[in-house]
Amino acid sequence: MSAPRIVITPPGRLNIPRWREVWEAREIFYRFGIRDVVLRYRQTAIGIAWVVLQPLVTAGIFAIVFGRVAGLPTGGVPYLLFAFAGTTAWTVFSGVLTRAAPSLVANQALVSKVFFPRVVVPLSTSLSVMLDFCVSLVMLGVLLVVYGVNPGWALLGLPLWTVCAVTFGSGLGLAASAVMVKYRDVTYVLPWLVQVLMYATPVAYSLDAVPANLSWLFAANPLTWLMECFRWSMLGTPAPPLWQIAGLIAVSALALAGGLLVFQQREREFADVI
Amino acid sequence: MARGLGKSYRIATSGRSHDRLTEALVARAKDPFHRREFETFEALHDMSFDIPWGEAVGIVGRNGAGKSTLLKILTRITAPTTGRVELGGRVGSLLEVGTGFHPELTGRENIFLNGSLLGMGRSEIRRRFDDIVRFSGIEKFLETPVKRFSSGMYVRLAFAVAAHLETEILAIDEVLAVGDAEFQRKSLDKMRDVAKDGRAVLYVSHQMQTVTALCTSAMFIDRGRLVQTGSVDDVMTAYRDSFDDWRARQVEAKHRPGTGEIRLERVDTTEVRDPVDDTVVTFAVGANPEIVGKYFVSCHIVDHQGAVVAQCDSRLVSQWFDPSEPRSGELRIKNLWLKPGTYTIDAFVCQNGVFDGWRGAAAFEVLPHLPYPDLVMDEGVELGAVFADFDYEAW
Repeated sequence: MSAPRIVITPPGRLNIPRWREVWEAREIFYRFGIRDVVLRYRQTAIGIAWVVLQPLVTAGIFAIVFGRVAGLPTGGVPYLLFAFAGTTAWTVFSGVLTRAAPSLVANQALVSKVFFPRVVVPLSTSLSVMLDFCVSLVMLGVLLVVYGVNPGWALLGLPLWTVCAVTFGSGLGLAASAVMVKYRDVTYVLPWLVQVLMYATPVAYSLDAVPANLSWLFAANPLTWLMECFRWSMLGTPAPPLWQIAGLIAVSALALAGGLLVFQQREREFADVI
Repeated sequence: MARGLGKSYRIATSGRSHDRLTEALVARAKDPFHRREFETFEALHDMSFDIPWGEAVGIVGRNGAGKSTLLKILTRITAPTTGRVELGGRVGSLLEVGTGFHPELTGRENIFLNGSLLGMGRSEIRRRFDDIVRFSGIEKFLETPVKRFSSGMYVRLAFAVAAHLETEILAIDEVLAVGDAEFQRKSLDKMRDVAKDGRAVLYVSHQMQTVTALCTSAMFIDRGRLVQTGSVDDVMTAYRDSFDDWRARQVEAKHRPGTGEIRLERVDTTEVRDPVDDTVVTFAVGANPEIVGKYFVSCHIVDHQGAVVAQCDSRLVSQWFDPSEPRSGELRIKNLWLKPGTYTIDAFVCQNGVFDGWRGAAAFEVLPHLPYPDLVMDEGVELGAVFADFDYEAW
């Protein structure tokens, strides 16, 4: 038989994923993604409209609370548009993170019964998040036209920021999902942490609203860089400094690498512990 | 293919294992240099074997012998602690039928999802799609969510997907117990074909019958060790003999599972009997005045293949026993016409947990007498798990 030989040995200290296997599992990645999307909108009355409705209502609430009640500045952008762009971008990061984290535990029957590269499970959740993102982008386009805002050439950077948001979120999500296999605390801590992060990051308000003596704190937050890049490309606000763009790319790559490392280190014991 | 394979689990003996992150951190902070002490439990111990192509190997052994652990290592679900395995190709597993099926998805979607999980590529699934559907016989319900399937349809579809895997090695963990007779026959044929194609089949079971029917060689595992490999007949003989040894050991209460707060002292039954006779089991249980509340007794009649024919739980007839003094009692099963053969009785004494579990506490032989007024050829009585007390009338 001309089949590849597979050698099984006890796990070593540094367990690097076998890339060929991960690549061969791309069909699983795709099927998991489809399953998530299909399941979310099957047996719902308005189906995919939920994707638009949720960020729109959130943005509306933000517009009222932060724009009207608190009167925070947005740098001249209409508040609804500003908040919608902010939540859309934020949802890419937080969506990937919060859906990847519980994915292993949610699929425990599979993890303990079938072999396939486990990395596929948390990573595949990003597919459904990307679909939501695309739908939201269409809605954003409509809003841009309605308010007559033109982001200009900066729009071309959008795919790059999206990739950064997904890798950043996936990296943290991978680590969180691996830890959750043993410590279910993550289930409770993570949503709370994501919410805290959202308020600590200029999602619903602009950096202009931050008092000068605190601005260093915000500038040190990689998620601020992410939001600034997104807004630059979506709304045509002033570009963030170059070091923030470079930093964002570096931090995202590091997060993914670190997440993979944590994940792989625990991978071989998943079936025994979960 | 396998050399010195071992798998041990660490069981913490000092302190508790920390299931919560905070607990783990607090414990670490309190005593940073504390080494947890572990007792290692060796689920598999130094196994070496080769499986040639075209061979269907039956793996037999009692519950907890390590059969499933071995299969899990070979299918790479869990990692070995020591040793090395070399596989000459992909391993497809049928560890449990229907894992990966999602109730909300339709039959078609599940075929694709399940197929990909078992390691098939998209083009491979497309190519075999029609075969799978035909094999399972659910053509009409392809677009129906599988949650609306009958359990039979569900199992048939799941098995059909797995049976059409084109992996070089196929591992199966007792899935044949499902489906109707017709489907079981189809499945057995399918598995024989796999071996004939020159691929390898690993089949785990404690049902000797299917192993004999399907396999070309066998392995017998006991308490994590490979006891014997070879022809199916030899291994089966060794496996059966081990049952007698093991039963002899079980007479000593300390070898039996259960908390031991109260123990069975004696379980007896008529050793030789006719099919129509009542099954009468007498037993005696020791006393333990410290136990609060009453306990119940459950006796199982087990046939020579390890299948439980009848479960007689005293709770069902509201009979409870008082632990404050030694008890004895009698179980009488009426109108259960057992087929000829040897049977054993598993007896359990339980309350919230199991105090004593005595498998093979007694054995008896049912004589080959037919309980019916007329005689027929074998094919008239060979099917069915028990004889039924029945009558026909012509109108």
